[in-house]
Amino acid sequence: MISPLLSIRGLQVRVADKQILRGIDLDVGAGEVHAIMGPNGSGKSTLAQVLAGRESFEVTAGEVLYRGRNLLAMPAEERARAGIFLAFQYPVEIPGVSNVYLLKAAFNALRKHRGLPPLDAMDFLKLVREKGKLVEMGEELLYRAVNEGFSGGEKKRNEILQMVVLEPKLAILDETDSGLDIDALRVVANGVNAMRSPERTMILVTHYQRLLDYVVPDRVHVLLQGRIVRSAGQELALELEQRGYGWVESELAEQPRAT
Amino acid sequence: MSDQARNHFVSEFERCSASFAGSGTPWIERMRTLALEQFAASGFPSPREEEWKYTNVEPITRHRFEVPSRTRAGITAEQVAALAFGEDCLEHLLVFVDGYYLPSLSKLGTLSGGAVIASLGEVLAREPWRVEPFLVGGAAATPFAALNTAFAAEGAFIHLPQGVAIEAPIHLLYLTATAEAVTHPLTLVIAEQGARVAVIEHHSGANGTSYFTNAATRVVVGANASVEHYKLQQEGDSAVHVAAIQVRQERDSRYCSHSLALGGALARTDINASLNDTGCECTLNGLYVAGGDQLLDHHTRIEHARPHGISRELYRGILDGRARGVFAGRVIVHKKAQKTDAYLANHNLLLSPQAEVDTKPQLEIYADDVKCGHGMTVGQLDENMLFYLRSRGIPRDLASALLTYAFVHDVIGRIKLAPLRTRIEDIVLQRLPEGRLIREHA
Repeated sequence: MISPLLSIRGLQVRVADKQILRGIDLDVGAGEVHAIMGPNGSGKSTLAQVLAGRESFEVTAGEVLYRGRNLLAMPAEERARAGIFLAFQYPVEIPGVSNVYLLKAAFNALRKHRGLPPLDAMDFLKLVREKGKLVEMGEELLYRAVNEGFSGGEKKRNEILQMVVLEPKLAILDETDSGLDIDALRVVANGVNAMRSPERTMILVTHYQRLLDYVVPDRVHVLLQGRIVRSAGQELALELEQRGYGWVESELAEQPRAT
Repeated sequence: MSDQARNHFVSEFERCSASFAGSGTPWIERMRTLALEQFAASGFPSPREEEWKYTNVEPITRHRFEVPSRTRAGITAEQVAALAFGEDCLEHLLVFVDGYYLPSLSKLGTLSGGAVIASLGEVLAREPWRVEPFLVGGAAATPFAALNTAFAAEGAFIHLPQGVAIEAPIHLLYLTATAEAVTHPLTLVIAEQGARVAVIEHHSGANGTSYFTNAATRVVVGANASVEHYKLQQEGDSAVHVAAIQVRQERDSRYCSHSLALGGALARTDINASLNDTGCECTLNGLYVAGGDQLLDHHTRIEHARPHGISRELYRGILDGRARGVFAGRVIVHKKAQKTDAYLANHNLLLSPQAEVDTKPQLEIYADDVKCGHGMTVGQLDENMLFYLRSRGIPRDLASALLTYAFVHDVIGRIKLAPLRTRIEDIVLQRLPEGRLIREHA
């Protein structure tokens, strides 16, 4: 078997003295789309942020291999340059830095890493306009400060715009579907589907099954109390939607604990 | 210690006041003598005084600063050009070196409508009646202002009669090139009813040279007139800079100040604006960027005396190294100043654990139908923002520089003169670690 793009083994993470992840094991193959579902507080966002390199989250055990490299040893910017992208659950507002500046700085940092010359302002703008169409984002948002005063939907679209411009190898979408109306959800889903390719791996962290109506995952995992307790195909998402997380929780309670 | 310094300045006055422009004119001599007496009575302020609590001016007393008898420095046109702001700001340029006006380096464009832009020294010597109404009367607000009045023999006189507008900004370049020199530049800006002018008061000097600039500026903004005042403090790194700005506003006038404090070892700027009639608008913008052992202090005071005044004040500071920032902003709304709309804000970014800032907003409101508010913050770079940028592949050093620059971006953006704005951007970027990267990625 070829080694997976991302391989997580026994990952334990503490946030502010609270154990959030209690031993995650997960393999994600190149070109696959995985959904990670779970109730609030199960550790979904922690997992997403640890993969992106959030340093304030303390890894207490386990390892993560990304394309055979020790991911946990890489600083956040290096992970980004190696092709990892996190769409934030709560995109950060950065007053004074324009959206287009951030996009261009990020884009050219990647090009530099790949030994390519930076794209000049004109060519870059052309590229962003083209990509912007995909997420139906108004051009005026490019010239505003990053996420400042954006609506919830605009913030999420902006994350997707960054993703389509940066073309990551591994995209982690942290509840990008939360809080979106049906039109915005469709836009986000279109962006995700347009990005789907054998070259690209995606992890969709989501609370709801709704996004998975548009983006059909290869695998669905249920995260509960810091562990992945179920993994199956798309049908698991539907079952969760119908029966809620309580069903998994109670079934789990009946089983003897492994540890 | 302080007595010795006081006595030194008193004897300096005795040594050279006879050679000051305008000496021999009775009202000028009286004004100077009275001001010196005021200074001699108080001496330099001590940190025991509330207004000087955070800024110890003791470094002044460690030197024996002297009034240069003439400028010995050969400042070249190239050096002046490097400090100027390009074509758009070259129409009216007055250059002063070591307290002396240098006509050969200056340029006075054509003026119409009876407007005057002149060296104050020349006016005091030849046409003192022009400035008498603006100089006579009233005690100085601080010992430094008194000292300035006693020694002021040079500076700029800008006078706009009713309805006259000077389109091009007036650049006043006050340079100090001689070690251990003290200068007392005095800038007078008089805009009569409906007049309009923009003035850049620019202080600069050599690094590694100790000197003392004790500046004063008086601005009168007549009814419905408009004055845009840029004070660019770009002194050398061993300089002491003290400035007192006094603004008097008449009905429906607009005064907008930008105090940009970048240089000096110790720099203190006081701005006192009196909104003396109805409908005045006063905007005070400020920026301070301090590193090393710098101390940059601003004390501002806006007095709303009559109804329907608007004041807006925004100061932002970046403090690195062991630098200290001081901001004391006071807004006084008198009983008659109903319907005043005042907002005061000061935000500080500390880049190092040794950097410090003291910020003190004071709203004194005696009217009952007003809208007044203030906001103060002191903080460090936001970890969430840093992580967000880094997660996009932007290295930590560039991310930090970007966020630091972004912190002051809005204050810089308020500078309406584009060449000056670009210059300030450049200076701030140069001061930031990795600031040049911001430009490279732009």
